[in-house]
Amino acid sequence: MSELNKTYTISVYTENNLGLLNRISAIFLKRHISIESFTTSESEIENIFRFIIVVNITKSRVERVVKQIEKQIEVIAAFYHSNEETIFLETALYKIKSQSLFNEKPLQKIIKNSQANIITVSPEYFVIEKTGWRKDTEKLYYDLEPYGLLQFVRSGRISVSKEPMNISNILGLNTDK
Amino acid sequence: MSKITRISGAEAVIKSLLKEGIDLIYGYPGGAIMPIYDELHKYEDKLNHVLTRHEQGATHAAQGFARVTGKVGVVMATSGPGATNLITGIADAQIDSTPMVCITGQVASHLLGSDAFQETDIIGISSPVTKWNCQVTKASEIPKVLAKAFYIAKSGRPGPVLIDITKDAQFELMEFSYSQCKSVRSYIPVPDYSIKQLKKAAELINNAKKPLIVFGQGVILGNAETEFKNFIEKTGIPSAWTILGLSALPSDHPLNVGMVGMHGNYAPNVLTNQCDLLIAVGMRFDDRVTGNLDTYAKQAKIIHFDIDPAEINKIVEVDVPLLGNVKETLPEILKLVNKNNHESWLGKFHSLYEIEYNKVIKEELHPTKEGLSMAEVVKEINIASKGNAIIITDVGQHQMVACRYARFNKSKSNVTSGGLGTMGFALPAALGAKMGAPEREVVAIIGDGGFQMTIQELGTIFQTGSAVKIVVLNNNYLGMVRQWQEMFFEKRYASTELINPDFVTIAKGYYIEAKKVSKREELKSSIELMMNSKKPFFLEVSVEKEHNVFPMIPTGASVSDIRLD
Repeated sequence: MSELNKTYTISVYTENNLGLLNRISAIFLKRHISIESFTTSESEIENIFRFIIVVNITKSRVERVVKQIEKQIEVIAAFYHSNEETIFLETALYKIKSQSLFNEKPLQKIIKNSQANIITVSPEYFVIEKTGWRKDTEKLYYDLEPYGLLQFVRSGRISVSKEPMNISNILGLNTDK
Repeated sequence: MSKITRISGAEAVIKSLLKEGIDLIYGYPGGAIMPIYDELHKYEDKLNHVLTRHEQGATHAAQGFARVTGKVGVVMATSGPGATNLITGIADAQIDSTPMVCITGQVASHLLGSDAFQETDIIGISSPVTKWNCQVTKASEIPKVLAKAFYIAKSGRPGPVLIDITKDAQFELMEFSYSQCKSVRSYIPVPDYSIKQLKKAAELINNAKKPLIVFGQGVILGNAETEFKNFIEKTGIPSAWTILGLSALPSDHPLNVGMVGMHGNYAPNVLTNQCDLLIAVGMRFDDRVTGNLDTYAKQAKIIHFDIDPAEINKIVEVDVPLLGNVKETLPEILKLVNKNNHESWLGKFHSLYEIEYNKVIKEELHPTKEGLSMAEVVKEINIASKGNAIIITDVGQHQMVACRYARFNKSKSNVTSGGLGTMGFALPAALGAKMGAPEREVVAIIGDGGFQMTIQELGTIFQTGSAVKIVVLNNNYLGMVRQWQEMFFEKRYASTELINPDFVTIAKGYYIEAKKVSKREELKSSIELMMNSKKPFFLEVSVEKEHNVFPMIPTGASVSDIRLD
């Protein structure tokens, strides 16, 4: 029986190195795996970066890919988690014509019910922000779409694991002399 | 306190190499690396730079050097085409775990990204095929980055590293101090094995009735030949090798049962699917070794010794992984395993060998046909060298034949492009091997196709006077592709026939002594003539044109369905 694809969140802790992004994306390219989302930011440890990569592949493939990522010299550790094992969110921004707010009565109700925040208002447009799971930001997108979205953007997934990752311990055990 | 003098980044490169104990570089100069070459000129008494005829040749020479010495091979090239010409050799070194440091010049940092003359994104291009790479734009970074480069290239599972240095960083002045790199905090070169797994492995070994070892280059890279021999001799386990494991165990060792894989020996392939325990030692289950995975050793428990955690369960799910350098793990398990012998099981290997001998080997080594066989050439080289030569092979039929029939007494004696299968590898690799082991006989066995991919390195062999013995087995075909066309494409020989030049004249044009043989009566004496020469020697042997290498596991077939004809 062939294994089913599933969504996995891969978390990678790395040193800050210029070429590493290229190296990590090459691991997916080599295996013809498309990346659903990719975010990078400084982690809770100074000068240590964290990549969060979302892919939809089988468990055995994600295991192999994570080992290849971990093999990169400047990667400190890499983990993969299923959706059940992480707490994750995405943020979406929606830019809408200000006029619509006055002309289209249901719009006010949609925004109110969605618990989205209005973050900018100008005479021409306003921008609302919604943070949540993919289905929440997607629902708002489909609700707003009939009223004319000027722009829409969604961030990559950000996620923290339920289990500890112990990066400080890994670094503490193997420090640069 | 001594006064600190400021030196250029270019000189810092040379001084760093000297601190790493490097005295030999293969390379090719050009605009963006000229400051480093200018410094090389000043240090030519300490650092021998060999000018190859193409940058690819420099990489393969460095690989040949690294494979026979266990040291890091060093390559230099300029930016742009100089750098891109390194890629094949780097990819080859990556897949065959060969320690190599490549230093490339790059356009000045203010020109990066401007499509300057001979600018190419070599960091981007080399990323997927290097163990590590790094661009340097400041002279002050050079010693630290080079120290890290050498450490990474040779530690753990070795591999190629590329350092790209902008021209302004080569000119810039800096205060030089050097300390060798001892660790990188995000990198664990040798992972720990688990005691629990070690005990489990020992138990499996002690209880096995029909165990089989398949060993690879990990034994050689770990300098663990003695530890490996002690392990197999105590346990009495028949041991087969992958193409890169060849020479780690002497050919005449009673437990050496031959090569596994596509053109390997009959017995170890067939018995892979009968053993009750498969012990993989420093090998990576390449598809050319395993054949169809759905029918590969399904009946057996599998133990996998490897230094690279990413190799565990990559291809074959194993029962017991044992991480670490086999130099350390084999002596540990040796303490836990019982002295044993598996005579009747070993006897099965012998009886299958008899079948292979009668159906294939006998005719290969002692042909009754008029045309010369590749195997009889290898046999004559064995006789003349007494199994003490380093054999370098290219890629194709001759490579399979040489690996099947060459005899070895010493480790680090088989140099071939295994993983990448790079035609053109052998000639420059032989030069590097000879320079790495000048006291040893180095024989390159090459096909007429691959020879013409790096034929210009005859110039480097001539210029350095390296006494490499070059044997071209000429069948006027890209023989392996032709064999596949014959077997699987109904003899449609699409673009595999070669109308060749007079190789002897070409070799002589490079002032290399040369001879051509096409008759059996002249073969022995010609090989003796070649082996007795103290200089480079070129021998062309016309071999049977349409000859197929057997045994063979066709693509997609099971190892136990290996064909003898």
